[in-house]
Amino acid sequence: MTPGAGPWADAARAAALLAIDPAGLGGAALRAPPGPVREAWLALLRSLLPPAMPWRRLPLGIADSRLLGGLDLAATLRAGRPVAERGILAEADGGVLLLAMAERLEPGTAARLAAALDTGEVAAERDGLALRAPARLALVALDEGIAPEEAPPAALLDRLALRLDLSAIPPAATSAPTPTGGQVIAARALLPRIAAGPDVLEALCATAAALGIDSLRPPLLALRLARAAAALAGREAVAEEDAALAARLVLGPRATQAPAAPEQEAPPPPPPPETAEDQPPQPSPEQLGEILLAAAEAAIPAGLLDGLRLAPARARTAGTSGLRRASPHRGRPVGSRPGELRGGARLALVDTLRAAAPWQRLRANGGNPGPRLRIAREDIRIRRFQQRSETATLFLVDASGSAALHRLAEAKGAVELLLAECYIRRDRVALLAFRGAGAELLLPPTHSLVRARRSLAALPGGGGTPIAAALDGALALADAIQRRGQTPLLVLLTDGRANIARDGRPGRERAMAEALEAARALRAARIPALLVDTSPRPQEAGRSLAAALGGRYVPLPYADAAAISRAVRQG
Amino acid sequence: MTGRRAFPFSAIVGQEEMKLAILIAAIDPGIGGVLVFGDRGTGKSTAIRALAALLPEIPVIEGCPYRCDPADEAALCAECRTRRPLRTAMAPVPVVDLPLGATEDRVLGALDIQRALAEGVKSFEPGLLARAHRGFLYIDEVNLLEDHLVDLLLDVAASGENVVEREGLSIRHPARFVLVGSGNPEEGELRPQLLDRFGLSVEVATPKDLPSRIEVIRRRDAFERDPAGFTAHWSGAEAELRNRILAARTRLPDIALPDAALERAARLCLALGTDGLRGELTLIRAARALAALEGEAAVDDAALRRVAPPALRHRLRRNPLDEAVSTTRVERAMAEVFAP
Repeated sequence: MTPGAGPWADAARAAALLAIDPAGLGGAALRAPPGPVREAWLALLRSLLPPAMPWRRLPLGIADSRLLGGLDLAATLRAGRPVAERGILAEADGGVLLLAMAERLEPGTAARLAAALDTGEVAAERDGLALRAPARLALVALDEGIAPEEAPPAALLDRLALRLDLSAIPPAATSAPTPTGGQVIAARALLPRIAAGPDVLEALCATAAALGIDSLRPPLLALRLARAAAALAGREAVAEEDAALAARLVLGPRATQAPAAPEQEAPPPPPPPETAEDQPPQPSPEQLGEILLAAAEAAIPAGLLDGLRLAPARARTAGTSGLRRASPHRGRPVGSRPGELRGGARLALVDTLRAAAPWQRLRANGGNPGPRLRIAREDIRIRRFQQRSETATLFLVDASGSAALHRLAEAKGAVELLLAECYIRRDRVALLAFRGAGAELLLPPTHSLVRARRSLAALPGGGGTPIAAALDGALALADAIQRRGQTPLLVLLTDGRANIARDGRPGRERAMAEALEAARALRAARIPALLVDTSPRPQEAGRSLAAALGGRYVPLPYADAAAISRAVRQG
Repeated sequence: MTGRRAFPFSAIVGQEEMKLAILIAAIDPGIGGVLVFGDRGTGKSTAIRALAALLPEIPVIEGCPYRCDPADEAALCAECRTRRPLRTAMAPVPVVDLPLGATEDRVLGALDIQRALAEGVKSFEPGLLARAHRGFLYIDEVNLLEDHLVDLLLDVAASGENVVEREGLSIRHPARFVLVGSGNPEEGELRPQLLDRFGLSVEVATPKDLPSRIEVIRRRDAFERDPAGFTAHWSGAEAELRNRILAARTRLPDIALPDAALERAARLCLALGTDGLRGELTLIRAARALAALEGEAAVDDAALRRVAPPALRHRLRRNPLDEAVSTTRVERAMAEVFAP
């Protein structure tokens, strides 16, 4: 091997190490756009692997029957008895499984892949079959994400030793010399004999701890990688440089994704430039948090989101949003029912066979049932799918200077209360904050309320109020959510006093006009909305914005519970 | 796990609360299931998969698909009631994995199509619930399992019987098992309605101190390099633990429950405002199993204190956004109730 330097040399070495111990290292996450560099790396990995090794590609949105294994429809019908078919995980046993667009992988699929990586086998209990097959493989997750939050599921990343970012490597660099297949074969033979002293193990653990890596898988993966590196170099024991390579390739990339530092109080933003109202003396931040949480609690009637969702005021088809929809061909399978094969309904083969089975003798006119199955129309069972149209609640939080420190805290309190409601219904939540020149997506739609709460707590305040830009961002996100088959629901917390226009320039008049225009666009897109007015006194600005949104208006006045409940009763 | 050696239970570093909860369930399967929630890479699955090798073999009726207990006549399945002669054999305690993507027919059991088609016989093909009878049913990533399947499992686990009414079959068979669920809260929370249906709930975290972390990796690496040697090295500790479980099971019916302990438990639950009696019953039951494990004659404050967090923390009315608050609340209430 020619020891080189630079990112491509590292990437090439990583490919060789993965080829030496594919199942032990779990695989690699490859962050790179599709292109010549990625192709070069994949071609290199493939050339380094022994020739007979399976090399499979996992399409996005794969069905369980293909992933885990299931019933072979054609063979089953031919044979008249259930015939099993191996899934792609079993097919890839001993080799490499490529994961296209891994950043869009469903958590459910990721969990199934993680289980296979952990146990080295694939187990399926489905379609009347119990299947178990070895699946010792390496996953290569092709991550085409661009924004930092677009990444493959963390459960999967935790189990892949290598994380490579190829996006900065120029295509010309890939012509540099790389390790050869012969070296890899020699190293594979050497690998079981490689010794690693206790000092190596301790050093890797200590490094992982110092980098803030919480999981215990990375140090273990680093140890395996150090062994593979020693084998590649022809050593019988792990040397310092092997351990250093392991730390660089396995631990280093994870440090950047270390858990955030202990939550700190957000630094108080500069005093709002435009507050004309006299403020009462400020209590300490902790006390303030409690007081305001209590105030917010009074302002948010229980079940507010429920009421909003079911509100028939919209031109929407009533009763479909956010509810479970039975669909003949989309969603999760939830059993079968008698029916006819029309309108795209899909046959539930096993259930149909089960329904037909008791009648075979009878249908064969009392004789022994022959090889041919006699299936009558009433035997036909079709699959039932349940499309749970999930609701994703988008919180759009005004963090501008006009929402002064305590107003922001109050808004945070209100969001926390609404989050609790989302938790009970298992909604997804997303968090967009806007201040200064524009809006920022703090949290893409997620089920993890723990994460939502963390990003909310870390939200600083200050700056202008770019409502138009914020609503544009919300519309784009809501659109993406709808395209995924989920129902968006917008909760806007603001005082409604826009003062930054779309182009980032200050000016209240134009900013307001644009905000109303953006709000009308949301209304036209039929996104249900709720505006929580965080200004000290309910103001015309918030009310007119809510009207433009076609949404409900709820003022969150300064600890005046009577006024709130009145407003809610009227609203 | 077929053919693969499992990491020995006694070799797991730390995670005392998780190990204790699992042992309590092994001593008293009536505890109502164990939920293990926590960080990635903390050995949740390892601990549960280690159980099969740890637990002592159980006597079963030979040829019975449900492995009926010859000593418990009332719980025999329909076939064993008429089966003569009853021969007894020894079998390992089942620890059954419920893989994600499992379908209802395989979980509950269904008509055996192959026999129905080939022989025209209407026979029942037992599912995972039958396989888990008298053992453990493990669901990794329980928060990703279909809600209707979780409901179904909890129902069967609570009633101890699986009733199948489908495809002209009408079957009921005993299905008493300990449901063990594990998951990571970052992948999405478990429905709150399901939480308090588990008997014990354990929170696991990766060890923070370096020596423990090093020891975890050292043992894991040693196991992977030489599974047979590692297992042999730990076989003494495993046998010792196995004997403790057996002894605890024998002692369990004789553990005394003083009125003072009952009162403490009641006051603790009252102070925490747990709903219903399930919390109190689980607390007492778990304390009893712990006393049996420790070789004590009666339930005392020390036992109650150790099992109170796993028995109660998931039964508090809580703000779902508070991460560690439940445990703190249990501890605070304990400090109050157990004050001298």
